[in-house]
Amino acid sequence: MANMSATKLPMPEQDPAVRSRNFEEVAQGYTAEMAVEEARRCLHCKNSPCVAGCPVNIRIPEFIAKVAEGDFQAAYEIIHTTNTLPAISGRVCPQESQCECLCVRGKKGEPVAIGRLERFVADWYREHGTEKTAKPASNGVKVAVVGSGPAGLTCASDLGKLGYAVTIFEAFHTAGGVLVYGIPQFRLPKEIVRHEVEGILDMGVELRLDTVIGKTITIDELFEQGYQAVFVGSGAGLPMFMGIPGETLSGVYSANEYLTRVNLMKAYLEEYDTPIKKSRAVAVVGGGNVAMDAARCAKRIGAEHVYVVYRRSEAEMPARNEEIHHAREEGIEFHLLNNPTRILSDGKGSVAGMECIKMELGEPDASGRRRPVEVPGSEFVLDVDTVIMSLGTTPNPLIRSTTPGLETNRKGCLVVHEDTMETTRPHVYAGGDAVTGAATVILAMGAGKRAAKAIHEALSAKKED
Amino acid sequence: MYKILRRETLSSNVVLMDVEAPMVAKKCLPGQFIILRVNEEGERIPLTIAHYDREKGVVTIIFQTVGATTMELAELKEGEYIHDFVGPLGNPSETEEFKGKKVAVIGGGLGCAIAWPQAKAIHEAGGTVHMIAGFRTKEIVMLEEQMRESCDELFMMTDDGTYGEKGFVTNKLESLIESGEKYDAVIAIGPLVMMKFVCVLTKKYNIPTIVSMNPIMIDGTGMCGGCRLTVDGETKFACVDGPDFDGHKVDFDETIRRSRMYAEQEAAAREKHACRMEGMNNGK
Repeated sequence: MANMSATKLPMPEQDPAVRSRNFEEVAQGYTAEMAVEEARRCLHCKNSPCVAGCPVNIRIPEFIAKVAEGDFQAAYEIIHTTNTLPAISGRVCPQESQCECLCVRGKKGEPVAIGRLERFVADWYREHGTEKTAKPASNGVKVAVVGSGPAGLTCASDLGKLGYAVTIFEAFHTAGGVLVYGIPQFRLPKEIVRHEVEGILDMGVELRLDTVIGKTITIDELFEQGYQAVFVGSGAGLPMFMGIPGETLSGVYSANEYLTRVNLMKAYLEEYDTPIKKSRAVAVVGGGNVAMDAARCAKRIGAEHVYVVYRRSEAEMPARNEEIHHAREEGIEFHLLNNPTRILSDGKGSVAGMECIKMELGEPDASGRRRPVEVPGSEFVLDVDTVIMSLGTTPNPLIRSTTPGLETNRKGCLVVHEDTMETTRPHVYAGGDAVTGAATVILAMGAGKRAAKAIHEALSAKKED
Repeated sequence: MYKILRRETLSSNVVLMDVEAPMVAKKCLPGQFIILRVNEEGERIPLTIAHYDREKGVVTIIFQTVGATTMELAELKEGEYIHDFVGPLGNPSETEEFKGKKVAVIGGGLGCAIAWPQAKAIHEAGGTVHMIAGFRTKEIVMLEEQMRESCDELFMMTDDGTYGEKGFVTNKLESLIESGEKYDAVIAIGPLVMMKFVCVLTKKYNIPTIVSMNPIMIDGTGMCGGCRLTVDGETKFACVDGPDFDGHKVDFDETIRRSRMYAEQEAAAREKHACRMEGMNNGK
């Protein structure tokens, strides 16, 4: 008999007053008993609408059935057939707009907590799983993957499973892309990312760190070295600034710089060498998930006041509701319908405040969102000593400027064939933020998966020729 | 991990290292830089490539021990390893365009380690090169021989007159110009303040001037903007748009202020590191 509770079983969380002072994971995960109970809410619908909502098509009802039986090993094996990074996607996916929004249980009450169950299974396997993933027999065909973020890791692991000799090239000293430099420890512990990456390397995938494609080696040279196909998953890491006066003052960061210092370089830990500004009051400009991450990091580093300054209202904020809710609980203060006009100097080149102007919402623009309009004469100064610009990112020009024949659109995103993910350059495929501009982890994983399939089909056809 | 093949002390606080990094050595050109991380807890710091040997797969770096990281790096011995060594980064310096031209290349202190290979490249490309090398005092003079071989004329300067001529590099440059030398361009590499005053001077004489900027960096690949500076009123990222810029268009005062952003934390880290070394020595 199914569990007919209308609501999801809540997941234990660290108390906001405690967690806003530490970098430990906020959400603590289900226990085995909780997981079984929640799994019993699944009705095992025949047409499984949830699966269609998952960009990597996890066999959701099947794995949940195994969880309900208490066979967590079997549940993991089912997930692993389509997704090699479940501990990550279970944590950072916006399930409310993907698998869970299509769950039948969600029509009357809350959907089944698919993400929490996926996370539970992955965490259980990491702690209890015994069977090593079998190393597939190599077919000797070399494929290069540029970037070790969610798109690259997924593409590499899918090709690795098929026996390709895959090499991942990563510019940073640690693999994971946004999973290690962007998303903070308290949402996604770095040990978990490392474990998932190691799982992929155990399958025989090679990882080359400290290698900047376009600088250390070009895509043309990869082909010369015998790689039969290249997947570009280099993301969208180039930060945007507003172009207002004072943006180059000391104490003004891009969210990318702030988060990289905190997450990748561990500037919040005493024993690490990278410094970060000890701020009294911080303004984070923007309304996306990255803005929430930066704000919550600033609070944890010890700022007394952290303000999120966003030019539209909460309804238009691109951040997940859960992230906004968590930020509020931790004491982040929201200045909605406000836009910065300039950053003030203390006379010695550091930030002494940020002048903002109030906004009101006008007619909807091309994106369908109501356009914010300045309220004349409403300027005021926000008392801050640090400003973090979180206005979004665009793809880095390094690869397109060093690879002849790679077409990009006017936003600098690589142009790909929709079905095959192949770029305008034969045998070069791309996916994730490098193609879409800043999007989500799971969409990047989905793109990596589609590209792996296309690369396999193209290379198999070539072999038969 | 990147092996240190040779370590040499050039002056009291300047160290040269040959690092085994074949991929970087194969690609790098004068003016480009690398980013390194000494160990697992280390920060990422940029250092200009001073020299390279493509055949041997070796990249030479020259650095001054100014803080905790460079002190830790300096303590590494031949045969030991640097954890991460990424490059080549940034754009190479223009050298071909100086063929048949007369150029003054100015190095200030450690900047000589970067100015020297550029002077050499221009000289080899067929330019006439006058090099002015400035040091605070005699004890820190370095690379004189290499510099002499890389240019047509070398002028050694010390602030206190203990070696070569007494005075700043700007004094020498001005007297050369006043004595009738006609330079098509000036290239200045060294401390921000030195580059600023070279630019003030060359602006007066209307000589095009290129400077090599060295702001704070983290990734060095254009993804954070930590190294941004204002050039001709526009924001540029030194790691991908530079490091070379038109010196007459750079906002030096702003760059100097930004370079001091972590001064307090850097001083504390240096102090902590020095204490730790002291403690270790006492324990022996």
